[in-house]
Amino acid sequence: MNQKEEKSEVKIKVRDLNFYYGDKQALFGNTLDIMANKVTAFIGPSGCGKSTHIRCYNRMFSLYKGHRSEGEILFDGWNIVDPEVPELELRKRVGMIFQKPTPFPMTVYDNIAYGLKLHGSYSKSELDGRVEKALQDGALWNEVKDCLHKPGTALSGGQQQRLCIARAVAAQPEVILMDEPCSALDPIATAKIEELIDELKKDYTIVIVTHSMQQAARVSDTTAFFYMGKLIEHGPTHDMFTKPKNQQTEDYITGRFG
Amino acid sequence: MLQSRMNRRHLLNRAVLIASTGAAIIGIIMLFWILGDVAIRGMSVMNWDFFTALPAPPGEEESSGLANAIVGTLLMTVTAALIAIPIGLMTGIYLAEFGKTNLFGRLIRSLSDILVSAPSIVVGVFVYLVMVKTMGHFSGWAGAVSLAILMLPVVIRTTEEMLNLVPGEMRESALALGAPYWHMMVHVVLRSAKNGMITGIMLSVARVAGETAPLLFTAMNSPYWMESMNEPMANLTVTLFNYAMSPYDDWQQLAWGAAFLITVSVLVVTIMIRLLLAGRSKH
Repeated sequence: MNQKEEKSEVKIKVRDLNFYYGDKQALFGNTLDIMANKVTAFIGPSGCGKSTHIRCYNRMFSLYKGHRSEGEILFDGWNIVDPEVPELELRKRVGMIFQKPTPFPMTVYDNIAYGLKLHGSYSKSELDGRVEKALQDGALWNEVKDCLHKPGTALSGGQQQRLCIARAVAAQPEVILMDEPCSALDPIATAKIEELIDELKKDYTIVIVTHSMQQAARVSDTTAFFYMGKLIEHGPTHDMFTKPKNQQTEDYITGRFG
Repeated sequence: MLQSRMNRRHLLNRAVLIASTGAAIIGIIMLFWILGDVAIRGMSVMNWDFFTALPAPPGEEESSGLANAIVGTLLMTVTAALIAIPIGLMTGIYLAEFGKTNLFGRLIRSLSDILVSAPSIVVGVFVYLVMVKTMGHFSGWAGAVSLAILMLPVVIRTTEEMLNLVPGEMRESALALGAPYWHMMVHVVLRSAKNGMITGIMLSVARVAGETAPLLFTAMNSPYWMESMNEPMANLTVTLFNYAMSPYDDWQQLAWGAAFLITVSVLVVTIMIRLLLAGRSKH
């Protein structure tokens, strides 16, 4: 609505992105802009390539053999597709949250400190301060401040996911990728994460993959619809859900397939 | 018609229930019979001398015990563990992390599967040929090596399985924070598989604790205190074997004591494994 009035810079510029698993092509010429300090939602049926697309942003795929990508993902002067781009540094700047909460087998405190210690050395008091700040950013501080030294696995599922978000935030990334962050959570925990996303977008650019169209409608500013590895439509969320330009988008949104 | 079919089913149900309960009872009776017999006869030999004295010649009135065999078994088991644990853990890590699908990984995996079920006497004969023959005498080292070979596949396979239980998303989360691969392995994956890996090590100790055949061919046995690992070495299982077969009543008593001690130590290790696994599933 007021999309046009706001001046927002482009954070990630994707141009003609093709991605292959071996011989099988998974993404076909995806082109879109991810706006800074906005929430971009990727929707589409299972296997449509939205998770693959998001994993290109932090090169999560470099782990697996036989993949190949073409095109450009421009991020602050880097072309992420280019193998020359330093992977560890890229991942520090582009954080990621996964479907299942994955607290590391250590205390709440150490979970947060893990990422901090990876990228710098801090004194004890500095570390304490940053851990507290991260937990506050993750909207978890009030619930865990008295049990910082309990194992992270002892928290509830929703708390674990917020711990993972706090852990990612602690590394001070610029972009946070979320791959179906609420699919393992109950509605109340989901609502808390969505509130948190709203809060976080002041400081971070957020890209979220979601199976829930209601969630996309609730949290995102722009929505991109993927189908069979192609980016079918991309625009302001409100427009996408009220007057989609493409028939396939409309069919998916109204529940006719997918 | 329907009534008779129902009756037949009820009868069949009852019959199967009785048969399976009966089988379980027979098995449990056997188990407790053995354990009870070993416990009662073994306990009667347990005294200070049993743990501190050397075995006396048959018929002598002097104090008699299995101190040398107890120390020998401990020494060889610990040495075997020191050999098998690092190699086994490393191999397990290789299989789970790097050799999932490649030819070398598959080869190692099936070889260690074969080794798990290889009769221990075969391992004993192998070490006899390779070490005892070439060195010219039986030795504690040879005994330790044969036990290590038996421990190795157990450590390898449990390590690999425990690492495979660590969810892929956990690895990805650490990598997504910008962690180098090795850092993720050491601080996240190995840490979350730690209890399981310790379980594997203890399972392997339990596996070799009662082995007789491989020691018979390698460490042999000895009625004396050992000066070094480089000579035939007393151990509980071969002593048990020799003394139980002997015609002397006091030696047979010592054999019962050895049997009791071995049983108790395997029991303790097993209980520790249970406790560790219970602790893990709580998280």
